[in-house]
Amino acid sequence: MKDVSFGQYYPVESPIHRIDPRIKLLAVILYIVSVFFIRKFVGFAVVAVFLLVLVFLSRVPLLKVLKSVRAVLFLVLFTAIMSVLFYSAKNAEPLWAWRFIKIYKEGLLNAARMALRLIFLVMGPGLLTLTTTPVELTDGLESLLKPLALMRLPVHELAIIMSIALRLIPTLMEETEKIMNAQKARCADFDTGNIFKRAKSLLPILIPLFVSSFRRADELADAMDSRCYRGAKGRTRMKVLRLHVRDFVAAFILLALLFVILVLRYNWFGWAFIGVLW
Amino acid sequence: MPIKITNLDYKYSAGTPFEKYALKKINLTIPDGEFWGVIGHTGSGKSTLFSHLNALTRIQSGTIEIDEFRLVGNGGKKPKRKHRPDYKALRARVGMVFQYPEYQLFAETVADDVAFGAKNVGIKGDELQARVKSAIEMVGLNYAEVEKRSPFELSGGQKRRVALAGVLAMHPKILVLDEPTAGLDPRGKKEILDLITEIKATLCPTVIMISHNMDEVAAYCDKIAVMADGELRLVSTPAELFSQHDLLRELHVEMPTVTALACLLNDRGVPVSRSVLTERELLKEILRVKGVTA
Amino acid sequence: MIELRNVTYIYNEGAEDEKTALSDVTLSIGEGEFVALVGHNGSGKSTLAKLFNGLIEPKSGTVTVNGMRTTNHKDLFDIRKTVGVVFQNPDNQMVASVIEDDVAFGPENLGLPSAEISERVDWALQSVGMGEHRKGTPFRLSGGQKQRIAIAGVLAIKPRVMVLDESTAMLDPVGREEVMRVITRLNKEEKMTVVMITHFMDEAALADRIIVLKNGRVAGEGGKEIFRNRALIESAGLELPLAARIAAELRECGVELQGEITLPEELADALCR
Repeated sequence: MKDVSFGQYYPVESPIHRIDPRIKLLAVILYIVSVFFIRKFVGFAVVAVFLLVLVFLSRVPLLKVLKSVRAVLFLVLFTAIMSVLFYSAKNAEPLWAWRFIKIYKEGLLNAARMALRLIFLVMGPGLLTLTTTPVELTDGLESLLKPLALMRLPVHELAIIMSIALRLIPTLMEETEKIMNAQKARCADFDTGNIFKRAKSLLPILIPLFVSSFRRADELADAMDSRCYRGAKGRTRMKVLRLHVRDFVAAFILLALLFVILVLRYNWFGWAFIGVLW
Repeated sequence: MPIKITNLDYKYSAGTPFEKYALKKINLTIPDGEFWGVIGHTGSGKSTLFSHLNALTRIQSGTIEIDEFRLVGNGGKKPKRKHRPDYKALRARVGMVFQYPEYQLFAETVADDVAFGAKNVGIKGDELQARVKSAIEMVGLNYAEVEKRSPFELSGGQKRRVALAGVLAMHPKILVLDEPTAGLDPRGKKEILDLITEIKATLCPTVIMISHNMDEVAAYCDKIAVMADGELRLVSTPAELFSQHDLLRELHVEMPTVTALACLLNDRGVPVSRSVLTERELLKEILRVKGVTA
Repeated sequence: MIELRNVTYIYNEGAEDEKTALSDVTLSIGEGEFVALVGHNGSGKSTLAKLFNGLIEPKSGTVTVNGMRTTNHKDLFDIRKTVGVVFQNPDNQMVASVIEDDVAFGPENLGLPSAEISERVDWALQSVGMGEHRKGTPFRLSGGQKQRIAIAGVLAIKPRVMVLDESTAMLDPVGREEVMRVITRLNKEEKMTVVMITHFMDEAALADRIIVLKNGRVAGEGGKEIFRNRALIESAGLELPLAARIAAELRECGVELQGEITLPEELADALCR
């Protein structure tokens, strides 16, 4: 069975893997903002080159990164086709027309932009989850959200809930499989009949699963109490996140990327060559 | 008809670099009416092997014949239509009781839960009620007392009996039990094992018990199958198996505690036989050595 | 170390399914002792484990740990630092997906500095013989290995008493032996006080003192001589360890055997004499 708690983490050593999870989270946010500001195709080219370099550095096979796109491929195609079909320009000649369908050059370009934007949007977080374990992500998130604790938001509790969830997912999946097999051995049928019949046929799985989840939760709570847990109060961590030079470098590179994209879009310095770029 | 397994292979993650044999060339015939024990360390493939018998694990290659049912592997793909017998009928014939079966209980009342399997194979009305009643009584519970109670209110040992009754109500002819005594106290263990012996005598002539406990298999089983690393290494009677100590060591099989005690005594200069299996035998041996008549 | 005086505990009091788990239990566990608490399933032995470190409070009577009462909430943290409990199912005791993070959980709760936590994690994993698994995940491990990780998780708190609540019940014989080796070593070499709750009599035979529970009451208590009292053990739904059983039958047949016999070696010694 696949280890869900590791998500799609790709376990190799690389400079990208080593970057502090907090910086990686912030970097992904900067990256997403950058992608939203792209207008020109050259902007996409810049991001593409940037991503290729990252993937190369991370030692994750390119195919793995591209796989994260597969999940949204249908959405990409659908929006692209729709925007081509429904683009209408008042004062331009269509490239091609058949009955009420008219296709314009601008429509095609627009669709391409939209598709590229979506694809690049998923690839960033995709690379993040490939190079960061869920545990690191949780720790990073907890640390980033710490200021919110001052506003009495239960940041520590949320983080510990997340890490326990990660810890329990594989156990519960295994349990589900066991219960399913036990009911199948009692000739249960999960895949015939109409939707109501099927929903009802899930009860013999769901009820035992609930009962056992509650039992596990109870026992886990006892075990945590026994190990001196009393919430965030007085608690320290073994793994203290510490920023290294490489983390500042990574942050700087991402800021630079955003800057380039913004310059390409707004041409703040009035450079003539930017005007002629696609 | 016996159970006949021919050339059964099973691979995990077939076709990927992680491919791993879980079962290798298993050939095995289990005659009707015998009580088999299956032993082997965790991960030796014993559970995988026996979950093939009722098609819970899809057969990849080889064949399994049980009565009129015939399962034939199709290289990991869905078996051909003619090799897909009525799975429900097969599962009713081969009753499977998993480890900690009490975790499968779900219905509002004990009677409903016990009826679940039999109902799924189309048993209805009076017949269903009669089966439920006799199954509950067979596992040693008082029908009138527990029938309307929630299975979740019962004690651990009672829950396990209810789960067992749920399988028995399907009237299986072959019963496969995976560690039926796990987690029970000594009295509970003995009660369940005696119960299984009784079920074998009255309802279900063939019993296959997967176990880690050598004392249990030595005391209750007619034949013992030893699995290691996905292979069936040996089938023999308890007396034969547990008298071959070198072989046991090679197979990483422990001795029953009585046999181990006899060996220890023998090593320490009390010349008792090294192949005793029961307490009674050991006692006799010691008395013989000490020259005392009981 | 741990002192129970006239303790009664009732589950679901006042409800239809009210059940008295313990009635009028008085017992004490001394420093450095290895005590086995034995009883059939439902005899109340697991309720005792939860009383020892204040997870539950007695209905009447008192539980004191090093003079601290478990009903005194201010002392609970110190009580739990003193009495560590390992439970039955290793899967339900782990809070993290990486072994070192899990073992670190206790010391983190104590508020220790990062370097010391790391040292304790190392030490605890070494003590249970799982040092090389520090960076791994618990999912692929055997039951015995998982339970040793759980023991390390408690050990890292450096408690003075370790309570094992049927911690071997779900393990196969190999796993049971692994865990028992660790436990006896902790008691003999590290002078840890050990309370082992079990229904495996061969394990109980390793203890210095045995307390027999029956239907929520202490039915008997004593050193190994308690295994001479076959009626007591069997009426509590248990059975004598094999060597003690054989010794008892031999004595009935008129064979003279000196001393208390509970372990196989003791039977061998007695027969050779």
